[in-house]
Parts: sequence; structure tokens; C-alpha cells
Amino acid sequence: MIKIKFTVNSEEREIVTEPTRTLLSILREELGLTGTKEGCGKGECGACTVIMDGKPVPSCLVLACQLDGCEITTIEGLSENGNLDPLQKAFIEEGAVQCGFCIPGMIMSAKALLMRNPSPTEDEIKEAISGNLCRCTGYTKIVKAIEKAAKMIIHHG
Amino acid sequence: MFKEVGKNIQRVDGYSLVKGNPVFTDDIDLKDMLFIKFLRSPHPHAVIKSIDTREAEKMAGVALVLTHQNTPRVPHTTAGQGYPEPSPYDSVMFPRKMRFVGDRVACVAAESPEIALDAVKKIDVEYKILSPVFNPEDALKDGAPIIHDEKDSSGILDPKHNLVGEVEVNVGNLDAGFGEADVVLENRYEAHYAQHTPIEPHIVITYLDENGRLVIRTSTQVPFHVRRICANVLGISIRKIRVIKPRIGGAFGTKQEVYLEYIAAYVTLQTERPAKFELTRSEEFTSRTRHPIITVLKVGARKDGTLTAIDMRILSNTGAYGSHATTVMYNTGSKVLPLYRCPNVRFEGKVVYTNLPVAGAYRGYGATQGYFATESMLDEIAEKIGMAPVDLRRKIHIKEGETSPIFDALGEGKKGIPQVISSSKLPLCIEEGFKLIKWKKKPKEEGKMKRGYGCAIMMQGSGIPAVDMGAATIKMNEDGSFNLLVGATDLGTGSDTILAQIAAETLKVPTERIIVYSSDTDFTPFDVGAYASSTTYISGGAVLKTARKVLEEIILIGEKMLNESKENLKVENGKVVSKKTNSSVTYREIACNALYETNQHQIIASMSHISHKSPPPFAAHFVEILINRGTGKIKVEKYVACVDCGTAINPKLAEGQVEGSIINGISYALTEEFIFNKNGKMRNASFRDYKIFTAMDIPEMKVVLIPSHEPSGPFGAKSVGEVCINGPCPAIANAIYDAVGVRIRKTPFTPERVLKAMGEIEHLKDIHKMENY
Repeated sequence: MIKIKFTVNSEEREIVTEPTRTLLSILREELGLTGTKEGCGKGECGACTVIMDGKPVPSCLVLACQLDGCEITTIEGLSENGNLDPLQKAFIEEGAVQCGFCIPGMIMSAKALLMRNPSPTEDEIKEAISGNLCRCTGYTKIVKAIEKAAKMIIHHG
Repeated sequence: MFKEVGKNIQRVDGYSLVKGNPVFTDDIDLKDMLFIKFLRSPHPHAVIKSIDTREAEKMAGVALVLTHQNTPRVPHTTAGQGYPEPSPYDSVMFPRKMRFVGDRVACVAAESPEIALDAVKKIDVEYKILSPVFNPEDALKDGAPIIHDEKDSSGILDPKHNLVGEVEVNVGNLDAGFGEADVVLENRYEAHYAQHTPIEPHIVITYLDENGRLVIRTSTQVPFHVRRICANVLGISIRKIRVIKPRIGGAFGTKQEVYLEYIAAYVTLQTERPAKFELTRSEEFTSRTRHPIITVLKVGARKDGTLTAIDMRILSNTGAYGSHATTVMYNTGSKVLPLYRCPNVRFEGKVVYTNLPVAGAYRGYGATQGYFATESMLDEIAEKIGMAPVDLRRKIHIKEGETSPIFDALGEGKKGIPQVISSSKLPLCIEEGFKLIKWKKKPKEEGKMKRGYGCAIMMQGSGIPAVDMGAATIKMNEDGSFNLLVGATDLGTGSDTILAQIAAETLKVPTERIIVYSSDTDFTPFDVGAYASSTTYISGGAVLKTARKVLEEIILIGEKMLNESKENLKVENGKVVSKKTNSSVTYREIACNALYETNQHQIIASMSHISHKSPPPFAAHFVEILINRGTGKIKVEKYVACVDCGTAINPKLAEGQVEGSIINGISYALTEEFIFNKNGKMRNASFRDYKIFTAMDIPEMKVVLIPSHEPSGPFGAKSVGEVCINGPCPAIANAIYDAVGVRIRKTPFTPERVLKAMGEIEHLKDIHKMENY
């Protein structure tokens, strides 16, 4: 067992756990943050994507022993005081959500993109979400939603 | 003009989904949960001689080990269909005989998934190995291994020849039809295995409620069928079971199956503890699949393109169990052949068992495989008679006001029901699509890259006529809002939203005043579930009827409150208004009057709906591709889909259905493939090795909804969920021919297969030796 200290959605957390436990398992089972989804458990579908120190990562491939001192943002950390993130708003408005299971991971990948590149091209958007599988939407409306969110952020800060 | 219908109302569940709220099956945490893992058969065909679970049972943290020795043996079908199900009763909870690699030998319920997995490895099984049969044509032969030789199965036509079912229908005079033809072509087309890959794998959580009733919280398309099938398999009465479908993470047909629920439920009943059973991604791949179908198609046509005869013979491979076996086979004819005006038609179908993964319902449900054959063949005919592919399409399809004898002759697992096409804008779909694709007659040479164009037309149905039933309940609250309770199952399509729009339009309130609760067998009325493209048309019909009845009741109270007769009243914006005096009462006042003041009662209604028609949605697809002659790789540059789904209740959601099904279809046509080893084991059961399309792979896509008005549908609506998955295989096959002049009659069109067809390589790699499947 190891003791790790890290930040999740701006909140300090300290837990004692197996070093090989995945971040996904810690988030869902230990911290009750079930917004992050498991689709394959092998880093191949992107449903469990969270932002770790500014970068999107599949949380099923991140182990507890890598977490000490890290800053993690999950889908639950995106909306503040009930106000949705522009990405969340745009996803609803553009009809980019069908079953919604891939959406938290998809939005986190998009968030990481917009953090480093506020006005991405269509190709850059597609590349940024290429690790996030969606079987419902065919991606078209997701790409549009991310384009729209980028504009919303630039115009409204 | 409509106020709610035809509008892009935001999804009623959108807010909770984008926030990541705990809305899916796995998002609840129950105390003392047990975790279940399967032991699966390593052999494609074997009998369990002995099974020793003592070591596993001794392990700390193991609560229960289930095998065929300690579970009820109740033959059933796992197909979640209407009762009595048209699929054979050939499954039991744990069989003694293994019929494919992955068949269920045993399961362990333990304190953690890790313990359950460890315990599974400690189960000692001795098998008697039997010879397997993988090729569906071999499976039919005398002397082939008999896969279902158990005595207690029923509904299998000829178990000795692995034949689950067959059908033959004849209309007109086939020989005369071929006699009249100027051109007769016969070819064989093969459509392959595929998996739905919902991003959320199958998952179920079971527990006992405070009164000891069994609650099944499950990722299903068919909650009421889950309740009925589980009651049967578990030997308990329906009243002791509540099934809840929370949000589900995609399904596409694979969750129209009932086979995890009763195992988790049995664990809960035996241990009185909550139990969770979730498939791993690798298990999901061989859970349920698309039926691979071989079609031998013979078509006769005159020089002017008139079709004189169609002879379609199919052999469908249902794998180890016959889930949806006969109905998918019927559908390959019944959802495909009526599209074509042709007086002389024969359809012959056979569906067989093999020792390969179990097939089941998959979006398109047999039609996808059938259209690959017919729409490829039409291009071959067009070339022979010197007609442009699009001109032949313009000529041969069924039109509004026409009927097809196939509607009557062929249904879904049985005879069909005659129907006249009462809405079709297919001619417009073809024209609009042709315009948008900008089809260039002579594809330009671009070095190694060759450009090609292709098209296909298609239809589906809207529910199963005279079988599918949906019901709704609407009750009114004091603030003039309404609870809409439906058995209908939103599997991510947005049906909760469009059903709310139908209710809102009828009750003349904004959609936000409709509170939807769906798919809970204790609290919502019956619905067959989400399949056969039925929800908008059938369940929507039920909502429309129910809302009308509630509206009548509201007006009745309005009459009394305003002291005015019905004829002098109108309803607008949540008010009943006198046309004479303009005085009005609000819904809020009406609801309060009913609940607290006069003739007190709850304003509430429940209505059910079935239809004796299944009006087809139609579509025309056009594709532009680039083939790299060096690598054989196909890039889809542009895809145009023009779709007549009647009135789109919510155009954005309807477009989403079209876009999703097209990408699913292109992915099926180009990259998705089951690769088996010589034992019939799937070798590529992961997203790394089974390639589904990502955002990087998608073409430029143009979707146009071309509205028609279907008189039998709610506000003129038909279905939209399935139809467009039928287009990509044939449209791309036709574009390949256009580009490089080779005809590929076997899906998927992988680089290897394209190179082989072009004569660039001689043999496919060894891994494709078992490529018949």
C-alpha cells in the first residue's frame, strides 16, 4: 500500500491504496466520481479520459504510483456552481450527445485541446479526439460542437 | 404549424449526460456487492465430462460458483422478442455442451472482480472434444457434426442438419420472368460477421429491494422482455421482478438479448446480496454479432431496365445459438425485395448453426446483408444494359400508392401483411443526392489514386406490423406540467425527447413541461422495447393517443369552469380559451380544480398502440471514394445521404441517427472484421485489432432529410434508426467498380481484398483462411 496526495478538481486528496490500482478505479470507486466511464479497460476507447497535469490521459492506464503530486480534472470538475462549461453547452446544443457514454471522455479530450490551442482547425479537433471512440454519432456533430465551444470561449472569455 | 414537433428541442437527458451525472447502470454503489465472472469454453464443440469447483469455492471471498450442475435447466431463447418468441428455445443458463469458443461453462460470484477471476482459474473441467463445423454450407451436409442434439430444445426445424429454419416464397412466375429478360445475371455475395461495440459493454446489477423483491437494473433495449424471460428461466413469477433500464451506453441490437440478467439475478436470489455482472470488452466482441449471410442472387432485366425476375437465395449463419435466427433471415427478403418493382420474385432462406459466435439483432437486421447483394447486382445489370446506375435506380423502385406482393408473402418469422406505400419521397432523395455528389462521368486519372462514385437505394420498416405494441400514461400536475410514463426504451437515440415533443405538441405546452420517465416495469406501462425501428412510430403513436385523451379531459373541465360548450373553446399555450368571450382558464387552474375542488380526480390516461402497417422510410446514398492502387486502401471522400423518414419529430436527432448509422456502415464495409483461428476463436477481440471508425476516418458527410407525410404515423413520422446502415456496403462496392473496374462481392473491402481483386496479390494472408465467416 502507498500513500498518495494529489488534486482532483481543485480539491486536495490523500489516499492509501495499492500502487497498481488504476486512476479510473480510484475515481469511480474510491472518490465516487462516476462521470468517468470504463469502456475497455485497456486504453483503447477513450471513455475514461481525464486531464492530468494539462494533458488528456486514459485513466485506466494511469496507476496510483504515478499520481503523487498530480493535478487531475474530471468531467465533474468542468461545470462550476451549476454553470456548464462551453463545451458541455455546445455538445447539448449541437446534438452531439446520443447515448452519452463516451461524452465525458470526449469532452475532456476536447477540453485539453482547447486549453493548449484555443482555436483549433477541424483536422486538429479530429486528431485530438481520435482516441475517443463513439459508436452513436458518427462524430460529425461532435466536431461541430467543439468548433462552436472554441468560438464561445474566444468571444466570451 | 407545429410548435414542438419538427423543432430541434434539446435532449431531455442532455444536461445530466454532459455533466457525467450517475445515470448509467454501473454508476450506483451498493453495499455488499458481489462481482461475477465467467469461465468460458476454450473449445468450439465439446461436452463437459466433469467439472470440479471445490478449489474455487474454498477460496476466501468466493460466495458462489454456478455451473450446469447447480442451476435450473430451462430451455429458452435469449432473443428479447415478443411472446411467444419466433426464435428457438435452444439456450439454458449453463449448458453441459459447449458450442463455441466462449460458451459459458461456469461463473463465480465473489467479493471483488479480481477474486472472481482468480477463482474462475481454479475450476477444473474435463471436456470430451467433438469435431466442430464452422462453414455454414458444410453445417447443412449429411454427417456434419450436430450442434444441437439436446432433447429438450424446441423450435429447431432440423437439428440433424443444423438447420434452424427455412422459408420459401414465390410470387408471379419466375421462369416466365427470366424468359422475358434481355439480361440475366447470377452472382454470389457474402456479408460478414461484425459486432455492435456499444462503448458501454453489457452490464447488469441485481439486488433485493426492502420487501425482498428482485430488482434488475440493466443495460437493455427490452426491459419487459427481460422481466418475462428472467421469470421463466428463474422459475419465479413476474410480479416478483422489477426491471429498471437507466441510461444505456449504446446498443444497436446487441442489448436486445437477455442472458446476463438471469445469472446475476440467480446469484442475488441465492445469496440475498447485490450482484454485478459486466462483460469485458473482449467478451463483448463475442457476445452477439451480425449474422454473416451468403446471398446467391439471380436477376433478370429488360434493356430498358425493367426488372422481370428476382431469385434470391440466402444462407444465414446464426453461430452457436439461434437468437433472432429466423426473423433476421425473413427480414433479408421482406425489408429488401419490396423496394423493387418486379412481378416475379422468389425468396429462399436457410439459417444454420455453426460452432462460431452467436449472432443476434444488429441494426439493419438482415436488410443490411440483403442490400449489399441487390444493390451491387443492380449496378452489374446497369452496366450490362448500358444504363447509368442512377438511371436504373430512378426506374425500378416502388412508389407512393403502389404495393408489393412481398409485403403479404413475407413478414418477420412468418407471413407478412399487405400494405400500400402511403408516403415516399424516394424519387426526390435520388435527385437531391445525385445533385449533391457531383458525380463525374469519367473519373480522372490521379496517378496511383483512382476516384470512383457509387450509389444505393434502400428502405426499412417502422416497427413489426400487428406485433409491436407500445403504451403510454400521462398524468397532469398542479402546475400544468405532465408526467409522461412510457415503456419505450431510449437507448441513446433520444426517444425520450421525441416522445415528450409528441406529447407537448398534442397538449399544446412547451416540451419542458413534459417530465419523461421511461422503461421501469413497475412504474411505466408495457412496451416491446427499442427495436425494429419501432419507437417513434409505435410508441410515438401511443403517446399521441394518450395525450389526445388527456386533452379531451382538460377541455371537459374547461367547459365546466368557463361554462361554455366544447365547440366554443380552443386550447392554446397551456390554456383553455373561450372563442366567444376570450375568457380562459389555465392548465394550472384546471389541474387544481380537478385535484382539490370539483368532482375531484386525477387527470390521467393510458393508451396502447399497434399498427397493421410498417411504413418504410426510404433513402438514397451516394459516395465518392479514392483508392490507392498501390496499397489497396480506400478513402471515403464524401458521403451523401438523402432520407425520407416522414416528419422528423426532431430533425437534429434524426440527422444524428443517419450520421451514426452511416459511419457504422462505412466502418463495417471497410475495416471491421472478425478474424478466427482454426479453432473458431476470435483472434482480434479488442479495439486495437478490430478497427472501428474514429473521428480521423470520417468523410465529408452531407445528410438531407426530405420530409414526407406518413398518414399512419404520429404527426406524419416514420422510423429513421436503421435504414441508413444498409447503404455503405453496396454504395462503396459500386464505387470501387467505378474506380478500378473490379467487382468485390465479399465484405469488408480491406486493402488486401481490394489488391487481390485487382490482381495485385494472389493470396490473402493465412489469417484469412477461415474467411468464409
